[in-house]
Amino acid sequence: MLQPTDIKNPAYFHKVVDCQWACPAHTPVPEYIRLIAARRYADAYMVNWESNVFPGILGRTCDRPCEPACRRGRVEDEPVAICRLKRVAADHKGDIRARLPRPVTKKNGKRVALVGAGPASLTVARDLLPLGYDVVCFDGDPQGGGMMRTQIPKFRLPEPVIDEEVGYILDLGLETRFGQRIDSMKWLLGQGFDAIFVGSGAPRGRDLDIPGRKETAANVHVGIDWLSSVSFGHITKIGRRVIVLGGGNTAMDCCRTSRRLGGEEVHVVVRSGFEEMKASPWEKEDAMHEDIPIHNFLVPKSFTHEAGRLTGVMFEKVKPEFDAKGRRSLMPTGEPDVHMACDDVLVAVGQENAFPWIERDAGIEFDKWGMPKVDAATMQSSLPHVFFGGDAAFGPKNIIWAVAHGRDAAISIDKHCQHEDVSQRPPPGFKMISQKMGIHEWSYDNDISNDLRFKVPLRDKAVALKDVRLEVELGFDEKQAFAESQRCLNCDAQTVFTHSLCIECDACTDICPVDCITFANNGTEQDLRTRLSAPSKNLTQDLYVSDALKTTRVLIKDEDMCLHCGLCAERCPTGAWDMQKSLIQMAHAGHECRSSSNA
Amino acid sequence: MTYIAKPRFRHPDLPKNTLGFTRRDYEGAVSTLCAGCGHDSISAAIIQACFDLDLPPHRIAKLSGIGCSSKTPTYFLGNSHGFNSVHGRMPSVLTGANLANRDLIYLGVSGDGDSASIGLGQFAHAMRRGVNMVYIVENNGVYGLTKGQFSATSDKGSKSKRGVINMDAPIDLVSMALQLGATFIARSFSGDKTQLVPLIQAALEHKGSAFIDCISPCVAFNNHPGSTKSFDYVREHNEAVNRLDVMVGRSEITADYAPGTVEMVTQHDGSVLRLRKLTADYDPHDRVSAMTYLQRRQEAGEIVTGLLYVDPEPDDLHVYMNTIERPLNELGEQELCPGPKALDKLNAALR
Ligand SMILES: Cc1cc2nc3c(=O)[nH]c(=O)nc-3n(C[C@H](O)[C@H](O)[C@H](O)COP(=O)(O)OP(=O)(O)OC[C@H]3O[C@@H](n4cnc5c(N)ncnc54)[C@H](O)[C@@H]3O)c2cc1C
Ligand SMILES: Cc1ncc(C[n+]2csc(CCOP(=O)(O)OP(=O)(O)O)c2C)c(N)n1
Ligand code: SF4
Ligand code: SF4
Ligand code: SF4
Ligand SMILES: [Mg+2]
Repeated sequence: MLQPTDIKNPAYFHKVVDCQWACPAHTPVPEYIRLIAARRYADAYMVNWESNVFPGILGRTCDRPCEPACRRGRVEDEPVAICRLKRVAADHKGDIRARLPRPVTKKNGKRVALVGAGPASLTVARDLLPLGYDVVCFDGDPQGGGMMRTQIPKFRLPEPVIDEEVGYILDLGLETRFGQRIDSMKWLLGQGFDAIFVGSGAPRGRDLDIPGRKETAANVHVGIDWLSSVSFGHITKIGRRVIVLGGGNTAMDCCRTSRRLGGEEVHVVVRSGFEEMKASPWEKEDAMHEDIPIHNFLVPKSFTHEAGRLTGVMFEKVKPEFDAKGRRSLMPTGEPDVHMACDDVLVAVGQENAFPWIERDAGIEFDKWGMPKVDAATMQSSLPHVFFGGDAAFGPKNIIWAVAHGRDAAISIDKHCQHEDVSQRPPPGFKMISQKMGIHEWSYDNDISNDLRFKVPLRDKAVALKDVRLEVELGFDEKQAFAESQRCLNCDAQTVFTHSLCIECDACTDICPVDCITFANNGTEQDLRTRLSAPSKNLTQDLYVSDALKTTRVLIKDEDMCLHCGLCAERCPTGAWDMQKSLIQMAHAGHECRSSSNA
Repeated sequence: MTYIAKPRFRHPDLPKNTLGFTRRDYEGAVSTLCAGCGHDSISAAIIQACFDLDLPPHRIAKLSGIGCSSKTPTYFLGNSHGFNSVHGRMPSVLTGANLANRDLIYLGVSGDGDSASIGLGQFAHAMRRGVNMVYIVENNGVYGLTKGQFSATSDKGSKSKRGVINMDAPIDLVSMALQLGATFIARSFSGDKTQLVPLIQAALEHKGSAFIDCISPCVAFNNHPGSTKSFDYVREHNEAVNRLDVMVGRSEITADYAPGTVEMVTQHDGSVLRLRKLTADYDPHDRVSAMTYLQRRQEAGEIVTGLLYVDPEPDDLHVYMNTIERPLNELGEQELCPGPKALDKLNAALR
């Protein structure tokens, strides 16, 4: 028998807000989308800035784990364009500097060092500076931003956007040591910092050691090194025919950059199948839109060359085969090898961590793969005052994960410096606010739009391909943004049930457009899922179960397809259903999460 | 009522029937009745029954009189034919329509005021003529639409919302239908769809006059303590004599029951009703003992529900009147103008 759902536990309703739950930084997505619909762009920006620090950057580049999770994608073809709406907030916000924290003059006497000035470190700085910490940030590069500046091509992320959002953090009083690489952890440990945060990224691009590699060195480039050379302006040209090896986001950036630097016939070649490529579907779409074919099931065998010049790449044709356990391996098809001629090759087959500057006897433990041992919740290493985050912690991920790590690490560093137990994590802020304004009026717009996802307008291809620094996406205008915002289902407008008010009239069951609601005798979850109004196959979504009603039955609501339309509450004669906004905000470093001030 | 349109989105795994429709394709406009009205549940049950039976919506005609109950045809079967008639006059309009086109499925929807007060005469004649139809009375014991006056089905002693006691004896439409010769008679409750949906299905498959008295609480005017038509009162006094499963191609139910507790009834159109007896000695094929049983239980304060009477091989009005098989709108000049020879013959007969 299922127990009544504990809706006082913030995690229950948080999980219903699929996007917020999936976002590593737990950005309150529907909240900012409603603000955009209300043309309150600056407010929408600040909701984002508080959660994810780089709304303008992320609104253009985020890996958007929220979108595959978005409920809208379960009831129709495509999720809400959550990411590109974020950009709208950034584009239209106006000047928000007055709303940012001011540099703190009264310092708390604690000093924190940051290694690297990527998004992870900058997030730590953003969270600690307002608390009075002295924060010193070291980076070998001359400017802050990490790979956001050095790797992500400018046609996706223009420099002024980086300057602006990195600038907001520098302006909080960050002490920068840009141009200074840390060569020894032992040295840094000796500098008397109260805490050290390592946000040095995963800087090494994997090479492809196959025959012909040495002979063709002049025209075979490691993708991420090549991209940063392009970013810094050291490389401005590439051959007419280019082959990009690899199927991740580096590969996609390499091929699209090549098209802008003179590559006319640019081909991407991947070992595995098209579907299994690491790049997101929209990245593949963008590449193909720029006339870049993607070839699959081809394993590079050798770089061919003639008279000391690269002539092309030889591939073996393979096909996937599955063993009894369903594991896939790539087996040669036995067909003749395929040769593809080219002038340049970009190798984008993966990225690795490297910590040549951390002495292995400095007190920080590493595992057998050469990765530091880091606690996933606290980001603490085996040396209590050294913390890791971003790509340096668990291998290459993305910006939003770097931010999430930074936020967690900042909490830990603050607790550590205040001599508190870092393993005691503060709970999120959690509020439920009734949305009822009248009999059928809610303080959110429950009449959702039937429109399909709107496409972000692009710059004309011929123009875009001429300039590697010209942003290709134009962003939604206000009208498009409004229309897209209306697709959001307001998943934070929660259906809250009061069992003592229910007269079991069935009105809610009858009206629910997606058959979420069932009144039935209680049972085990497995059994109940076979007895609901509609098939209940999505086990990742919870069942909301009430206390026993007058007839001894219980209410069971399958959260899976709920549109948050509020019709159940509108049709309920007794107010047993209410629509309440769940406001969940992750804790951040500061007084409210220190236990001493809780007491 | 609700101001927004019900979202078009449906559960992606919603089953489809043999016509390729989901249950939602049988819906109508969003209801404007009071939130929680029993009538809306009956609409949902009709939608479910028509979906389950794979009925093509355009082959159904829904007719009603006046009242909250009579408004409901707008809220289901949005792609069917509809006729909202004068107060209490649905039965004669339905009878006429049926005579003109016997190919449609006729669904009469009425209220206790519409059928037992102003329309009692019409109700009686439709029953005794054996019109092939399903006639549902959404019985809440009040005139909901005109703000809750007692109707003719209101029980003696039932208390109004204002505290007034009803002193008139109630009309029991089920007893009348039994006496007047309806060939399928049932009573159910809007709050029990597991009972109601199969009853509507069986009635739709019945080729004769099928009557369902469905108790349907009026949440606005008749759902308070002291009312005998409230959710609580009906739940407490409900005595189901049997449970019905209708075997339709797709949803064969296989379960074992103790011998003697199950009866299979094959109706004229081949549909099979499986009746699970809850009251051992109740025989739904014996009009007289059914009437007696109902009176007894009524006296004991119980509300008897279930399939109360069924004649699996009924005749209907068309048989009695020996009408042509085809709908009138399909008849051409040939059938309608038999020619001078036939006229001469007729005139000769009248000389
Ligand atoms: C080609 C490419 C495209 C990408 N596109 C996207 C995208 O579209 N969206 C997305 O979310 N993510 C993308 N990523 C991933 C994303 O850039 C990283 O996950 C993210 O930047 C990691 O942040 P970080 O703070 O961990 O470190 P990084 O951004 O890697 O920054 C680390 C910084 O540390 C400095 N550093 C390293 N060692 C030392 C040292 N010893 N001393 C001083 N400084 C040091 C480096 O110079 C660097 O500036 C992409 C990555 C690549 C390679
Ligand atoms: C000829 C005529 N007389 C009176 C009325 C007023 N009137 C409208 S609805 C109604 C009673 C409806 O009661 P019922 O059939 O029980 O429907 P309910 O609203 O209870 O579902 C009455 C008397 C009318 N519309 N027409
Ligand atoms: S808000 Fe209520 S009526 Fe709307 S989809 Fe969710 S459960 Fe159904
Ligand atoms: S509409 Fe309200 S009273 Fe009626 S069953 Fe649903 S929750 Fe209960
Ligand atoms: S008045 Fe009564 S019968 Fe009419 S809609 Fe309201 S609850 Fe239903
Ligand atoms: Mg009535």
